[in-house]
Amino acid sequence: MTANAERMDAAAPAALTPVLSAEGLHVAFKGRGRRGSARAVDGVDLDVHAGEIVALVGESGCGKTTLARALLGLERPTAGRVAFEGEPLRYGMRPLKTYRRRVQLVLQDPSGSLNPRHTVYDAVAEGLRIHEGHTADERDRVAAALSRSGLRPPERFFLSYPHELSGGQRQRVVIAGALVLEPEVIVADEPVASLDASVRGEILGLLLRLRDELGLSALVVTHDLGLAWNIADRAAVMYLGRVVEVGPVEEVLASPRHPYTRALLSVLPESGADSPVILSGEPPDPTRVPAGCRFHARCQVLGSGQADAAGVAGRCRSEDPGVLSGGTATQVACHWANA
Amino acid sequence: MSGPQREQVPVTARALAWERRRRALAGFWREYARNRAGLFGLVGLSVFVVLAVAAPLFVDPGELSVTGAPGRAHQPPSLAYPLGTDTFGRSVLDLVVWGARISLTVGFLATAMSVALGTLIGIVAGHFGGWTSAVLMRVTDWFLVLPPLVLAVALAAVMTRSTLTIIIAIGVTVWPATARLVRAQTLAVEARPYIERAWALGAGHAHVMRRHVLPNVMPVVLAQTTLLVATSIIAESTLAFLGLGDPSTISWGGILQDARNAGAVSSGIWWYMVPPGLAIALVALSFTLCGRALEGVLNPKLRERR
Ligand SMILES: Nc1ncnc2c1ncn2[C@@H]1O[C@H](COP(=O)(O)OP(=O)(O)OP(=O)(O)O)[C@@H](O)[C@H]1O
Ligand SMILES: [Mg+2]
Repeated sequence: MTANAERMDAAAPAALTPVLSAEGLHVAFKGRGRRGSARAVDGVDLDVHAGEIVALVGESGCGKTTLARALLGLERPTAGRVAFEGEPLRYGMRPLKTYRRRVQLVLQDPSGSLNPRHTVYDAVAEGLRIHEGHTADERDRVAAALSRSGLRPPERFFLSYPHELSGGQRQRVVIAGALVLEPEVIVADEPVASLDASVRGEILGLLLRLRDELGLSALVVTHDLGLAWNIADRAAVMYLGRVVEVGPVEEVLASPRHPYTRALLSVLPESGADSPVILSGEPPDPTRVPAGCRFHARCQVLGSGQADAAGVAGRCRSEDPGVLSGGTATQVACHWANA
Repeated sequence: MSGPQREQVPVTARALAWERRRRALAGFWREYARNRAGLFGLVGLSVFVVLAVAAPLFVDPGELSVTGAPGRAHQPPSLAYPLGTDTFGRSVLDLVVWGARISLTVGFLATAMSVALGTLIGIVAGHFGGWTSAVLMRVTDWFLVLPPLVLAVALAAVMTRSTLTIIIAIGVTVWPATARLVRAQTLAVEARPYIERAWALGAGHAHVMRRHVLPNVMPVVLAQTTLLVATSIIAESTLAFLGLGDPSTISWGGILQDARNAGAVSSGIWWYMVPPGLAIALVALSFTLCGRALEGVLNPKLRERR
């Protein structure tokens, strides 16, 4: 992992204003019927600095997509705010349009995110047309974006329809459509989840190359820890709407401190853990966030009595460890780890 | 650089768009041609349209006026008058051929009007939802429960008697079905992830509606349009038959009305009644066949439902 270490050294100094940040962000969905509202994102402070790739990991349903959508202004936060270059995001039609030229979202599902009636050319040119109308160099820019995304020769794909492409090719088209606007930040929601290992590598390589060549920043949502390890400078682990551990990938993934991160890592074959930690208890439900530490009911450290031994078991059950602040420092929201 | 280079792919965006359209059309025709009934409808339709357009070539409009009628009243079919003559001695064949002009014109224009209205209202209601949708759909429902014929009769009676009045009366009464259909389709389209991608790219309402919703709604609308033409033609004939049409023009419904007034039913003058009635039925059938075939090509899911 020397490459990773080198990249860390090159990472932007922490003092600069982050390009994109969530500040105390909450997103709740109104419940239907007797169910309470779902607190999909329940207090997140997260910074993405220039030229930095941040991985957001966590199990299914923990609110990653909701956070990503809120960052793009597609979901209005119920509390807190999104800031771009230190300026809070404004939700008018016009400021949003300007914002969405500089920050791009790559959606989770590459097959659904392309209009079946638009050709590849139209899909990639869409962003250009929205922001600049029809331009003379449109064709060249579309071709450049396609070939940069690894669809070569680009002309061959111009007239294809999404259903004529493979899943990997579709994902590249989606990425090309985001790149053609030359954004400063890309928020990629599981960009490679639907792809096989070889294509996965290529797409991730592409993200890294863009970062190096264009100084792009990225927030990459994934539930794949190996992927986070390979491309990210920093990782944030999310559990039930909140970031529970954040820091440089080396620290978070090589020496995890939060019991949840440990449990996630222990099931990886290469983790070297003696036995995988099987989390007990119900899967988390954002409509019923437990009191105290939100992870306590499933926590293996609390369950095995280690927390008791450290004298924090009572706090685990009754006291919320709080929201981790942004910035680049390593932090963990756990009474036991911080004890 | 020796010799010209062969380009496999068109160079400009415009050329690309044309190439794409050409391919889409070719594929569309291949699919359509598979439907026997649809081809039948298309042939029938072409015959009527050609007849209507070319009518002045073999029908003398002067002979269609009551005063310039060439024959005697109620002559049965003969070589000179293949479908006999009417009360004033006019050739029924000529009348029917000439009547196709009005019937088709009214059918197309009324349909165009109601489809434009229905599509606009349906897309706007489906796209904006909430308040806009509630108000628009309430209005739509109101029009939907009004018996269309009664409304059309009322409108045609209030406004001046002209073909335009008939067109407006029909157009205003048949749009609600289109609006409902389009709204439902719009809602389905708006739930797709590519709409979210468009928003994330910075699209505005107009872009989403024009570039994403409209193209996806068009197929359903197109198929329904064809069916609506049949409905409109029947509605036009009905209004004319009820004496609400423009008395100075010749239309199939008008011929039928004249025939009834002349007592054609009781006196067994079948050649006065059957041809215009048959023409209405055939045109409506042709449009319906085409519409169903289009529906099958453009929206395979609908085929199973119907
Ligand atoms: N529009 C919505 N209305 C109501 N609840 C929602 C909505 N969108 C998401 N949720 C809820 O919010 C929670 C978080 O969802 P989200 O899609 O952000 O999860 P995720 O981390 O992206 O999961 P995955 O890894 O499966 O994509 C889920 O419990 C989900 O049921
Ligand atoms: Mg998700």
